[in-house]
Parts: sequence; C-alpha cells; structure tokens
Amino acid sequence: MTEPLLFELSSPGRVGCRLPELDVPETALPEKSLRRELPLPELSEREVAQHFTRLSQLNFSVDTGFYPLGSCTMKYNPKLHEEVARFPGFAHIHPWQSESTVQGALQLMYELQEYLAEITGLPGVSLQPVAGAHGELTGMLIVRAYHLEHGDEGRTVVLVPDSAHGTNPATASMCGYEVVTVSSDPRGNTDVGELGRLMDETVAGLMLTNPNTLGLFEEHILQVTEIVHEAGGLIYCDGANMNALLGIASTGELGTDVLHLNLHKTFSTPHGGGGPGAGATAVTEELTPFLPTPVAARREERESTAALTEYYLDYERPHSIGPVSGFYGNFGVMVKAYAYLRSLGERGLREVSENAVLNANYLLEQLKGYYHLPYDRPCLHECVFSGKAQANLGVHTVDIAKRLIDLGFHPPTVYFPLIVDEALMIEPTETESLETLDAFVTAMRQIAREAESEPELVRGAPRTTPVTRLDEATAARKPNLKWQG
Amino acid sequence: MSSYIPNTDADRREMLETLGLDSLQELFEAIPPEKRYPHLDLPPPLSEMEVKELLRGLAEKNADLDHHPCFLGAGAYHHFVPAVVDHIISRGEFYTAYTPYQPEVSQGTLTTIYEFQTMVCQLTGMDVANASMYDGATGVAEAGLMAARVTRRYGLVVASTLHPRYRQVLRTYTQGMGMDIQEVGYGEDGGVDLRQADQLLGAGTAALMVQYPNFLGSLEDLQPLSELANRVGALLAVCVDPVALGLFRPPGEQGADIVVGEGQSLGSPPSYGGPYVGLFACRQKYLRQMPGRLVGMTTDTDGRRGFVLTFQPREQHIRREKATSNICTNEALVALAAATHLAIMGKQGLRQVAELCYHKAHYAADGIDALPGYERLFGQFFKEFVIRTPVSPATVNALLMERGIIGGYRLERDYPQLGDCLLLCVTEMNTKEEIDSLLEALREIGDSR
Repeated sequence: MTEPLLFELSSPGRVGCRLPELDVPETALPEKSLRRELPLPELSEREVAQHFTRLSQLNFSVDTGFYPLGSCTMKYNPKLHEEVARFPGFAHIHPWQSESTVQGALQLMYELQEYLAEITGLPGVSLQPVAGAHGELTGMLIVRAYHLEHGDEGRTVVLVPDSAHGTNPATASMCGYEVVTVSSDPRGNTDVGELGRLMDETVAGLMLTNPNTLGLFEEHILQVTEIVHEAGGLIYCDGANMNALLGIASTGELGTDVLHLNLHKTFSTPHGGGGPGAGATAVTEELTPFLPTPVAARREERESTAALTEYYLDYERPHSIGPVSGFYGNFGVMVKAYAYLRSLGERGLREVSENAVLNANYLLEQLKGYYHLPYDRPCLHECVFSGKAQANLGVHTVDIAKRLIDLGFHPPTVYFPLIVDEALMIEPTETESLETLDAFVTAMRQIAREAESEPELVRGAPRTTPVTRLDEATAARKPNLKWQG
Repeated sequence: MSSYIPNTDADRREMLETLGLDSLQELFEAIPPEKRYPHLDLPPPLSEMEVKELLRGLAEKNADLDHHPCFLGAGAYHHFVPAVVDHIISRGEFYTAYTPYQPEVSQGTLTTIYEFQTMVCQLTGMDVANASMYDGATGVAEAGLMAARVTRRYGLVVASTLHPRYRQVLRTYTQGMGMDIQEVGYGEDGGVDLRQADQLLGAGTAALMVQYPNFLGSLEDLQPLSELANRVGALLAVCVDPVALGLFRPPGEQGADIVVGEGQSLGSPPSYGGPYVGLFACRQKYLRQMPGRLVGMTTDTDGRRGFVLTFQPREQHIRREKATSNICTNEALVALAAATHLAIMGKQGLRQVAELCYHKAHYAADGIDALPGYERLFGQFFKEFVIRTPVSPATVNALLMERGIIGGYRLERDYPQLGDCLLLCVTEMNTKEEIDSLLEALREIGDSR
C-alpha cells in the first residue's frame, strides 16, 4: 500500500478551506481558557481530495463487485436515494424547528412508519433506533417494560438460539437479563423440545432470527411462538434477514411481538462501510405504548369547510421506555428507505424476496457437490456451507475467502453461524444477475479443485490486493491506535 | 419488474429448471401455507422520475436553512461543510462497502478510521478513540456504562447542564442495569454547582458526567470537577462540542477520563436529527473496557503497513453476552465525513471557524442584552447563550418565523425555572446582516408588548 497518512502529508502553513473574513467587531478571547496548540494536520484541498479518493480505491464495494456477505444483504443501493436525501428540504432542516415548518419531513416519517407496519403486520413502529443492535436494545427494553407493567418482576432470563447473531445475547445482557442458549435441531430449527423445557415463568422472552442465520425458515414457527406465549413470554424477532420475506409472510402474523428491521439491509439504504444504518422497530398493538418517545403522528383538524391534516411528534407517552437516541433517528436514511418503498410497491417488494431466494437456492444447488452442506434443505435468502472437507486438506475457510478476493469477489461471511464448522454464509441478494452468480459458482468450484491440487495457492491468497494478509496478533499485542509521528 | 433486479423471465425459468421446480411459489414451502402472501396495502410503484418529484414535493414543504437564517443549536449545529466532504462520502467505494471485516479489501475504510481515531485524540487530548458511536446521546450512555465497568460502581452524578435529551437516553440505556443516577444543578455562572457535586459524589459513584461547553452555553473549567470526582475514585466523563475544541483547552488537559461528543458539526448537515456520529475517547488504561470498534496499525506478510480491526474480543460477535456493548454497525460514513472535514479544515481552519463562532455569538449576545426587556444570563460562553425574553419564548419564535427567521431553543420543557428563556446559537453561517436582522426583529417584538 502506497498512500501516506494525512499526518505524513501535512506541511506547516497549508490551508484546505478559506473562510470568510470576520464581519462583526471582535470580542476579547478568554486567554486562560484557550488551548495552546491544535495538532491537526495541515493540507491543501487538492491533497485532501486526492488522499481520500486514493483510499477509496483500496476498498471493495457493492458498486465495484459481487459482495455475497451472508446476513448483511449487500444489495445495490439506488443512486436516486443519494440525490433525494440531499435535497435542502431534507438535509438542511434542524431537528428543533417547529413542527409547522417541517410538515414534509414529519409526513415522510409518519408514512414510512405506516408502510413498515403494513409490511411487518405489527402496527406500532419507531424509527428512532439507528442500527440493528440499537433496534434490538429498544425492543428488549420494551419487553422488559411490558413485564414490569404487568407486575411480573421474576422474569430474569432471555432465551437465545445458538445460531443467533452476537448482538442478541449482548443486547439481552445490556437490558440486565441472564442469557440462556437454546440448541438447534438437526434440521437447523430451534429445538422445540428443549425450548419447552426451558420456558417457564422466569423467562422474559425468546430472541429469534427468522429466517435464521442458516438461511432457513423456522419450520415450527407457530409451535415456537405458542410455547413462549403460553408461558407468558414474548417473541423478539431479529429482522436482519427480512429480505427473504417481503410480501411473502408478515412477521406479526407468525406470532412475533417485537421486530427490528435493518433499513440498511432490507430496504436498500447503503451500509456506508459500517453505518449509518437504521433499526426501525415494530411492535404489536399491546406493546405500542412502550415505544421510544417521540413517534411521528397525524391529526385531522376540522376547519369550517375542509379537514386539515397536520403531522406532529407525539411526546405524550407515559409508558414509553424513553428516547434511545439524540433526536428522531437517522432521518437521512429514512428518506432513502421511503424512496425505495415508493419505487417498489407491494408487487416490487414481493419480487425482491422471490428473486433473492431464487438466487440463493441457485447457488446452493450449484455448489452442493463441491462444499459440504450441513443442512440439506431449500434455503431462503442465503445458504450456509461448511469448508470442513477442504479443511481436512489443510485449506481452511479463511483461505477460501482470501482466494475469492483474488478471483474478483468479496468473500461470504465466514465462521458464522458458530454452529457450523468452517462456515461460509452466502447471500447473493436479488440485485445480482445470473451471469454474476455463474461466475461466482465457477470461482468457488475452481477453489474447491485448487484445495486438492494446489493448496499452497489458496493458502497464500490474496496476492492481488493492496496488502497481503495482515498480522492481527501483533496489532492486538502492541496496540497502535493513533498516529504518533 | 423493478430496474434493480437483473433477472429476466428466461433467467428465472433457467434457474427454476436447475432447481427442479416449476414455480417461484415452491421456494416458500417451509412457511405455513395459511400465512403466505399477505395482501399489503401500499401505494403503487412509481418510476424514478415520479419518486424524485414526490420527494421534492415533500422536501419543499419544509423551511430549510438555505432560505432561513437559523439561530437554533442545542445539540445540532449549522456549520459550513466544504464541497470536498460530500464528494468523498459520495464515492461508491466508501458508501456501498460493509464493515471492514476483510482487511485486504478494506484498507480505504480502515485507514480513514485510523485517521479519524487519531484526529479525535488530537482534538480531545485523549489517548485512544474508537471508530464511532451512534451519536452524542448514545456516546454519553455508553460512557456511563463504561465507567461502571471500570469502577465496578453503579452511581452516576450527572450535571443538569448535560443535554436534557442525552440525560434521558442515559436513563433509557441503564434502566435494566440497576444504576443510580443523581443530577447536580448549576450555579449563577451556569457552571456545575461544585458544592452540590461534592455532596453527591461518594464511594458508590462511577462517574461525574458533564458537558463542555454545557447545554446552557457556559464554558467552565473542568479541572475542579476532575479533582472532585477523583477524590472519591470516580471518573470524569465529558461531553464536548468538537468545534469548541478548535479554540478552547481540551478536556484531556483538564483531567477528563472519558470524552464523548456529537460529531455532526464536523462535516454533516443537520438532516433533521440524523445521521450523526458519536465521538468516544478515553485514557489508555481503560482501553479494554471501551465499547465499539477500534482500528490498529500492523504489517502484512511482506512487511508493508496496513490496518485491521483490533481488540475484537471486547465485541459482541466474539464475546456475545459478555461484550462491552452490543454495538455493531456504527456511523462509519459520518465518521469519514468528520475525518475529511477535519483534514480540510486542519489546524488553522478549525480554529478560525471557532473564532468566527465566538465573535459572532458575542456580537449577537451583547446586542440582545442591550435591547430593552432582554437579558443575557450566565457567564463565559462559546457559540450558544441563554437570553431572557420580554414576551414568552414561544411567541418570540413564532414572530421571528413570521419574519422568516428560525429562532432559538425553548428551555421551558427541560428547565422550568428558565421558562422565559431561549437558548440561541450563532455560528460562522450567520452573517452580520442576519444577526442585525435578528436584533431588529427582537427589538420590534419587545417593543410590541
């Protein structure tokens, strides 16, 4: 890698941005409170633009290639969204402006809440959480508030399947719950027998991902929700994988009480290299009073002749868990998700899931004979293979992942879910063409062959990247977390 | 078919044939049949042209800051963003990438995070900074939780001059953790009431949490607060305005243990409250208790410099229920905007922005204080200040809006004792002409009483 750091490029006296002259009289500065030095870099605009442009070229991205990262739904992000979110009427409005001056923004939020309620079958929606894990926190605090409201203080445990994302147990723990793990059965479902034995009056609820991280639909979903509900628990659904179910099944009808959606996965807002996301959270009617304050609301004012619609922020929510972020959520992300939903409509959404699931099953079928398939049944939006046959030859999943990079693809999610040895979790999404899928299949088959014939080639990958494999052990042992010259 | 889906009917037929299926419906047989294909009552699909016009219509219903002088702050700020920033974050290589879990193909994102971490440390005077939190409010909440982990104590003493909304988010975040949160009031100059703070701090206190400059605009010396906290073994956590740090002494020089802040002022528009970015920095010795991602420098197999995510055993995907936080996705692209902004502003620019804010805010404050019926409250300030108004703050704001001016933040909801006050903010974006028109409007409003 050849790009120097900002601090190495810096040269005393360079200025990147000229600001206007002061147009008011000066006021004396409080000398005692001033900082002696500000050690920021000094660069001209040209150098800054060049530096970050060059850095961008060291990244793999959806815009530059196939990114089948399981559970992350790396679909194409329409360019229109970037343009509309930057309209001054959206980007340049202040969150404390009076409601009468931001009716367009409030209408957009209100309608987005309504659309998400319709899609999920869960009528109460908060747009405030700004990421998936933030939606989980919101949802589990709602579960907690619900039990406390019913005087049910003995529920101290949350059940989490062994296939769950790490955020699930971490979230339950942040809400003060003890986490108990539920096993998966041989078909990749939650083990219903074990669930029945664990479920009692100490359990606040089950955090379920459906379809789960194996890409499999929970076959006994109605039984699972019944077991939990009968014992007084609630079902939290992690909606990370909702790209499989748009217009196919509504989570609310499957017995879910609380659900978070990742607008940055399912609703095509970009991932930004790790955020900003949006973790809209949807709940049943019964749980709606506990949603974070405020929510966007609408009222009709009757004037003498016509009805006037007015949108506002509803803060009068005495049972609310309270706010979970600084303002109303990632509004700029909401604008993009809204544009996406208005582009697709009901039919378009169903086509998203149908094609995402078709593409995933196509990959599953084409790679079946080449990699071990631990759960051999049709998948939904993603499929999970195991690299254990290759591992026996000394080529591990990490090697397969790195070799894919040399062949022009971003690797799948690896070593997750934890219940699959040497896991390779592949999510193609609906926005990839058959030609791309076929090229990926060719690459994966080639690597399977290479693992037998030329294992060193795979183990030495990647060779085409700005850097080769990096020494993570030293990074942790001798931390260098900032430039010190 | 949507233009975002490349599969043609022929493609789908070919793929179904490979799968030995006749129809797409057969892909969904694991779902209980009676639950399949619910009817969704959604508006009909629109073309790109129609969506754009629809959104433009909604946007134009809002009074934007390009057309209205604005004196609102209170946690979201109208600062200048150089054109370079938006061009960089609009590069698809940045905004359509995921979290940099595969470092060989993510050196762009990883390098910018390392640079961001470095500049947050430079700005705050702290040892280590993470890759970002969601926003200032959740940064404060995570700081409270981290202080509890570090000290193994469950009490927090929080300044009432810490952003009211941040205090609420702190309460939301900690409601399942059995934390004891007490609030300490402010004195005549608007700074923390030191005597009350001393009384509230004790052997059970994990941290004293304050804001710098505080919510009411006051800029106070942090050293005495740090001494009070340290005396009982508690940490000092400070929430900052990063632009103020272009001019004023960093908290790291004044004994702060944890520094958090809202980074929106660094390169992001107000965008009706988000996306923003939380800054999070602390002393080296607390590194292993930090929430969120960290990027470190290392070398590759050929000895070349490179960057990786590090100290991951603190995080949820490894530690699960024992993680320091559940945070996964953060605000990487907004942090990139902040890094680009800090790079372009640099040593001179950020100081100049802060000076412009300071002088203009003081010009406005002095002008208002001299108006009949108005009074500025509290002591030393940076770009925000409190004024007492001769008519109700709601009326003042409404009358300002009639003149096309977006007024201040009404303090009545959070500070009943300041029910007749507005919190105003002046930045480099407010020209003398705008400030003079505000003064003129306030004079008229005062005279009309």
